[in-house]
Amino acid sequence: MKEALIYEISSPGRIAVNLPACDVPTTPLPEGYLRKDLPLPEVSEVDLVRHYVRLSQLNYAVDTGFYPLGSCTMKYNPKVNEEAAKLPGFVHTHPYQAPDTVQGNLFLMYQLQEFLKEISGFASVSLQPAAGAHGELAGVLMIRAYHESRGDHKRTRMLIPDSAHGTNPASTTMAGYETVKISSDARGNVDLEELRAHCDDTVAGLMLTNPNTLGLFDEHVQEIAWLIHECGGLLYGDGANLNAIMGIVKPAQLGFDVMHFNLHKTFSTPHGGGGPGAGPVGANEVLAPFLPGPIVVKERVEEESDEWGDEEELYYYHWQMPPSSIGRLKAFYGNFGVCVKAYTYIRMLGADGLLQVSENAVLNANYLLSRLKGTYPLPYDRTCMHEFVLSGRLPDAPDVHTIDIAKRLMDFGFHPPTIYFPLIVPEALMIEPTETESKETLDAFADALIQIAHEAKTNPELLHGAPHVAPVARLDEVLAARRPVLQCLK
Amino acid sequence: MSYIPNTDADRAAMLKAIGVNNVDELFRDVPEALRYPELRLPAPLSEMEILRELREISEYNVDLERAPCFLGAGAYRHFVPSVVGHIIGRSEFYTAYTPYQPEISQGTLQSIFEYQSMICALTGMDVANASHYDGATALAEAVLMAVNVSRGKRRRVVLSAGVHPEYRAVVHTYTQGMGVSIVGEREDPLATEKLADMVDANTACVIVQNPNFLGYLEDPAALRTLAEVAHGKGALLVVSADPISLGLFAPPADYGADIVCGEGQALGGGLNFGGPYLGFFACKQEYVHKMAGRIVGQTVDRNGQRGFVLTLSAREQHIRREKATSNICSNEALMALAAAVYLAAMGKTGLRKVAELCYHKAHYAAQRLSGLPDYHLVSQKPFFKEFALHCPRPVDEINEYLLDEWGIIGGYDLGKDYPHLANTMLVCVTEMNTREEIDLLVEALSPDSSVRENEQWKSDEEVAA
Repeated sequence: MKEALIYEISSPGRIAVNLPACDVPTTPLPEGYLRKDLPLPEVSEVDLVRHYVRLSQLNYAVDTGFYPLGSCTMKYNPKVNEEAAKLPGFVHTHPYQAPDTVQGNLFLMYQLQEFLKEISGFASVSLQPAAGAHGELAGVLMIRAYHESRGDHKRTRMLIPDSAHGTNPASTTMAGYETVKISSDARGNVDLEELRAHCDDTVAGLMLTNPNTLGLFDEHVQEIAWLIHECGGLLYGDGANLNAIMGIVKPAQLGFDVMHFNLHKTFSTPHGGGGPGAGPVGANEVLAPFLPGPIVVKERVEEESDEWGDEEELYYYHWQMPPSSIGRLKAFYGNFGVCVKAYTYIRMLGADGLLQVSENAVLNANYLLSRLKGTYPLPYDRTCMHEFVLSGRLPDAPDVHTIDIAKRLMDFGFHPPTIYFPLIVPEALMIEPTETESKETLDAFADALIQIAHEAKTNPELLHGAPHVAPVARLDEVLAARRPVLQCLK
Repeated sequence: MSYIPNTDADRAAMLKAIGVNNVDELFRDVPEALRYPELRLPAPLSEMEILRELREISEYNVDLERAPCFLGAGAYRHFVPSVVGHIIGRSEFYTAYTPYQPEISQGTLQSIFEYQSMICALTGMDVANASHYDGATALAEAVLMAVNVSRGKRRRVVLSAGVHPEYRAVVHTYTQGMGVSIVGEREDPLATEKLADMVDANTACVIVQNPNFLGYLEDPAALRTLAEVAHGKGALLVVSADPISLGLFAPPADYGADIVCGEGQALGGGLNFGGPYLGFFACKQEYVHKMAGRIVGQTVDRNGQRGFVLTLSAREQHIRREKATSNICSNEALMALAAAVYLAAMGKTGLRKVAELCYHKAHYAAQRLSGLPDYHLVSQKPFFKEFALHCPRPVDEINEYLLDEWGIIGGYDLGKDYPHLANTMLVCVTEMNTREEIDLLVEALSPDSSVRENEQWKSDEEVAA
């Protein structure tokens, strides 16, 4: 099922917009500055719309089916969030408008900062980072700035567990640190002895995801925090897995000094095919001064009592750069349109709702695990949190790999789970159901995976040749990298 | 309302299958003393209530649909054709995940491939990525890339003062751990030719913005000379460009750019108080393996049918980890889709028309405003849709007057960033500003305009009478 490229349906002279005539006298264009040609498509509106609508129909999406992607938290994206973000009073505001004229936006951002503080236990939050990795960069730069501010220039190493998401070491490198890998032990926790051996005054800190990418809550998390702090380092929290612990525990109380949030995971904002997301970062009193800025602050405005003699609490909201800020991480303030959706979500759920989210996310994951652990190898047999990791290495089907299982799942109408991650489990299948899936969906998914395990033994060709019912068959990724064709004009 | 389908019966059945009595038992690994903290959040609202509350909050803002706006400075009020919202509003696009499983993501993948192609068309570059967070971070990544191209040997960056002040700040933030020295920002933002003298054998890249932050167009011939100097010393030329201007003016490839990046918000993205925006990024073929971000490539499936996949992943964090070209993971995919729809809808002739409208309206405004006593243009250099206007009073005073008395949102105060440009307003005029709005601005700033309160606009006839 092939859809032509937009350039392939172009024809000279077509256009899909109509623009008004120029209502002012014209000015001559500067000679020598102009371009000769502009190779953009030329299509009519009907062809444009059909092209993109047909393309959309080739996509799998949360609104079409289940994505059991570990560490992505592909929960349902509430439509009221979309309505909220489209309000004209939000959409049609310019970031450089005087604060007096955008008090609504500033109020909303301030409130979201406060909500995230309350959920996590941190002292201060910046909404500026545009994605989780961006928030990670902020956190690592903040740790660096903290050590520099104390004249402590010896700290050149960042400790990172071997189960960490690739963005952790990548962010570490961008901040100028050396990555030191710490192994996980047989129970899936950070190996405490190895950690202890590495903790010295050359360590800037540890980047820890908790629950980790195995879906396990570290049984020694407080001791880990103690060890890092004891040697003068700081503890960074990768908050990608926050969906497991809202209302269950506050990360700041576990000993984290700084943490990023993923609004497009935990807080239900849509993934958009790869973005936009938002990665706010929270910090305790020690690191709060270093947050990227500006952030929103409020001050009390003196006001007389109103007509009924009641004194109203009135605040003025404005921007402020944290006193030792690492600086700006992007232009303007953050992905405001995404923040509106997260704000809406938190306002609709409240404290009880968020607790139910985490409880049901963890319940669903453990249920799915109970249905699958007899069929697929389970490297760490513990109560999981909101996700768990199986291996696709089926004992009586050595020629079948996780990639084949993943592609075969598509034939059952499911998006595959996260595969080949975390790296410490060979042929990994990382499964996170989230709380917004019904038990029927979970059972159907488990049934499919069990059926596929059976097929792996009896009819492996079905797996090797999968997917059979997708818009395209299995794609040649080796060819794409070996002979890159990255645009269609040349 | 938590969007949770589980009923009590579902939960009971699941607990039984797991083999525990209640949900608390699943949280055994959480330190007991810290379990179940109180979250002091406002009481939950129904959908009806939240929409009412949000509408009220949003109405505390002055929104630009109701006020003529002459504010630009890196975020622009351009026309967004209706088709854009309808396409990106399709949940097959906006609720889709990153297309790591290409067989069921061809919609996202092909639309990004087309976007990459159109960015190459605009910039004249050979390859483009699937987006960065915004123009500022795209520029910061260009610096990292230039240092990387030199294998870390070159750590000097020549950065024009004509680049957006916040972009320059982000470059500093990104490079604070890298031992990079950045020069050029204290020079005159309009003296681009001085940058050539600062390029040496340790320079990784020279960075200019075109049009620059003050709105002026850089002379392609001058930039070609700068490129030659840079290349002669082994440095790259990075150009941060306004994408609407590229509908009319020379693509940076023509004057020797190695990397072209910038803010794509003007391409079908709303103002949205600063985000989500779109960092577009493109470069020459020889640098593709050092480019950060996701890239879509064309390939075939097992039946020989054309298809698209994310490719060259060995550059990226999930493969190379600490050796990746960047840490970027999530990008601005949906905004890239909006840009693609915008560019396809406008097409070859439409984008040029938008650029021409901006150009003519901005020049009309500049001509009329500089005709007012005590107002003059800072420079006679060619400009695109923004110009620097020296004013008789501080810009914030003028803007307060414009808003309170005339309901107009005035331009950006350049004195905040350039000490020698006190009392200078960066005025932006796009295709969205009507002649009436421009004339109203002129009237408001005229010496004989009286202070008015809550008056409606006068019609052309009333003014003429």
